[in-house]
Amino acid sequence: MNKGSTPAITATDLTKIYGERAALSHGNFEVPAGSICGFVGPNGSGKTTTIRMLLGLITPSGGSGTVLGESISHPEKYLPRVGAMIEGPAFYPALSGRENLKVLAELGGFPLSRVDELLAKVDLADRGGSKFKTYSLGMKQRLGIAAALLPNPELLILDEPTNGLDPSGIQEVRGIIRDLADSGTTVFVSSHILSELEMICEYLVMLREGKVIFSGRTNELLSAQKPIIVAKPEYEVDLTKLADKISSAGYKVIVVEGALHISASSEASAEINRAAFDAGITLSSISVVLPTLEETFFEMTGDNK
Amino acid sequence: MIRVVIAELRKLRRPTLLLGTIATVGGLSALFTSIVFLMINSKDGNSKRGQHVGPAELSQATGLVYGFRLVGVFLGIVSLCIFASQTAQEYSLGTLRNLLVRQPSRMKILAGKFISMKIFALVMVLFAGALSIGISFALSGRAKVDTTAWRTSAAMHLLFESTLNIFIATLCFGAFGMILGLLLRSPISAIAVGVLWNLILENILSALITSTGKWLPGVNFSNLGEGGNPDLSYKHSMAISLAYLIIGGAIAALLFKRRDVAN
Repeated sequence: MNKGSTPAITATDLTKIYGERAALSHGNFEVPAGSICGFVGPNGSGKTTTIRMLLGLITPSGGSGTVLGESISHPEKYLPRVGAMIEGPAFYPALSGRENLKVLAELGGFPLSRVDELLAKVDLADRGGSKFKTYSLGMKQRLGIAAALLPNPELLILDEPTNGLDPSGIQEVRGIIRDLADSGTTVFVSSHILSELEMICEYLVMLREGKVIFSGRTNELLSAQKPIIVAKPEYEVDLTKLADKISSAGYKVIVVEGALHISASSEASAEINRAAFDAGITLSSISVVLPTLEETFFEMTGDNK
Repeated sequence: MIRVVIAELRKLRRPTLLLGTIATVGGLSALFTSIVFLMINSKDGNSKRGQHVGPAELSQATGLVYGFRLVGVFLGIVSLCIFASQTAQEYSLGTLRNLLVRQPSRMKILAGKFISMKIFALVMVLFAGALSIGISFALSGRAKVDTTAWRTSAAMHLLFESTLNIFIATLCFGAFGMILGLLLRSPISAIAVGVLWNLILENILSALITSTGKWLPGVNFSNLGEGGNPDLSYKHSMAISLAYLIIGGAIAALLFKRRDVAN
C-alpha cells in the first residue's frame, strides 16, 4: 500500500447519536494509506466511538465511511486485514498470554506460529506462559499490541497504546509503529501523549465535542499557528522589567520557566532585542519557535488545563 | 464457523474450568449413585423426594441407569452455569470486541460458541454417565443387586437412550443459560437468575399453582432428561422446551446481532 493510493480510512458525515447526545457529529476525514495518523481529542470527544464504528462494533446513526476501500457497513470485507487495540487490552484472565493470542489466531485463521513471533516482538517471550491476570499494566498493553499485529495488518488501529508503559516501553511502541509504517502499514493511533504523536505522526485528525476540528498534515497544522518569540534575559531578576517593557510596546507576553513567551511574528525579534538593550537588559537567548502540538491542541480545543 | 469452535474449545479446556467441571459432575454423579446403592435399606429412602428403590427394582435393566438419571437435572444446572458464564463473560471482560474484530459475523460467533459448549456438555455427560455406571457395578454386590439384566441389549438401549436424553436436557438448560448470558451480559446475574429460577422459583410456582408445572421451562427440561413420566409426556416437554428456546434464542440472537458493542 503506497501513499497516494486509496485512503486507508475515510469518513463522510459520519455520525453517532446516543439519545440526545452526538458522540460524533458529521465527521469528515481521511487517513492516507501508508501514513501514521494521530487521532487526538479530549476525553469524551468521540475518538473511541469513531474507532468502534470503523471496526463495525457499533452502527453509525448517519453518514458513511470506508476502511481499506470497503464500506464500514461490511466489516467482514476488511477486518481480516486490520489489527486493532481498542480502549486498552481485554483478555481472558485465566488463560496465559500465549493462549489468549492463540484464541484470536484460531478465530482469525492466522498461523499459530505467529503467536511466539509476536510475543518475542513485544518482549513477552519469557512471560507468554503466565496467566494474563498476573501481568502488569505494561505487559497487558504489550499483549494487546501483539494481538493487534496478528493479521500482519495493512491497517493498524491503536487506541492509547502507550497507556501504562514505562519510557522504554513507550520508545519500543514508537519503534514498532515506525517499523510498521516503513513496511507500508497504515497506523491510526490515538494517544493523550501529544508529544509522542508529534514525533511520529505525519497526519492528524483532531476531535472536539464530537466534531472534527482538524484533519490533515501535522506540519500544516503547526505551521499555521502563530510563532512565539522566546526571549531569556541574562539575569532572572530582569524578567518583570523586560516583560513590562515589551508589553508596553503592545505585545502579549507570558513568563514561562524563566523566559518570556511573546506572541509576535519573527520580524519583531529585532525590536524586542533593541527594547531589552535600551532598558539595559542583556538577553542570553532569543529565538522564534512554533507552538508544540500540545500547545496547539490546547489552543484549538480550548482546554488549557 | 469451525475456527470459532476451535477457538472456543481452547477457552473451555482451561484447567480451572475443565477440571473444576469434571470434579463437580464427578462428585455429583458419585454422590447420587452411591446414595441409591448404599442406602438401599434405609427407611428414609434412597431416591428423589424420599422414595425407596429396592434391590428387585434395581436388578432390572433400568437399574443400570438409575443413578445416572438422578444426576441428570444437576448436570443441567452445571451446564446452565457454564453456558451462561462463558457467554456473559465476553461482555464483562470486554473480550467481545476482540472476537468481533477477528470474526465479524456475529451469528457465526454465537453458533460456534453454542457448538463448542455442546461438545463440552457431551464430555461432561459421558464422564458423569461412565462414573455412575462404574459405581453402580462396584456397589451392586454390597447392595445385593443382581446385575444380569444390566448386561442385556435392553440395558444397553436404555443406557444410550438415557445418555441422549440427559444430553438433550443439558443442552436445553445450557441454551437457557446462554440466552440469560446474552440478555443480562453479566455472568453473576445470569447464573443467579438461572439457578434461582430453576431450583427455587419454579418449585414455588408449581407448589402454589399445580397446573403451571407442565408449562415451566425447567420442569420440562428436567422431564426430557428423565425420558418423560406418566404425568408429563416426553413429547409435550420437547414441544414446550423447543418453544421456549426458539423464542428466547431468537430474541437473544437478534439483540446480539443488532446491539452496539460499546464496552
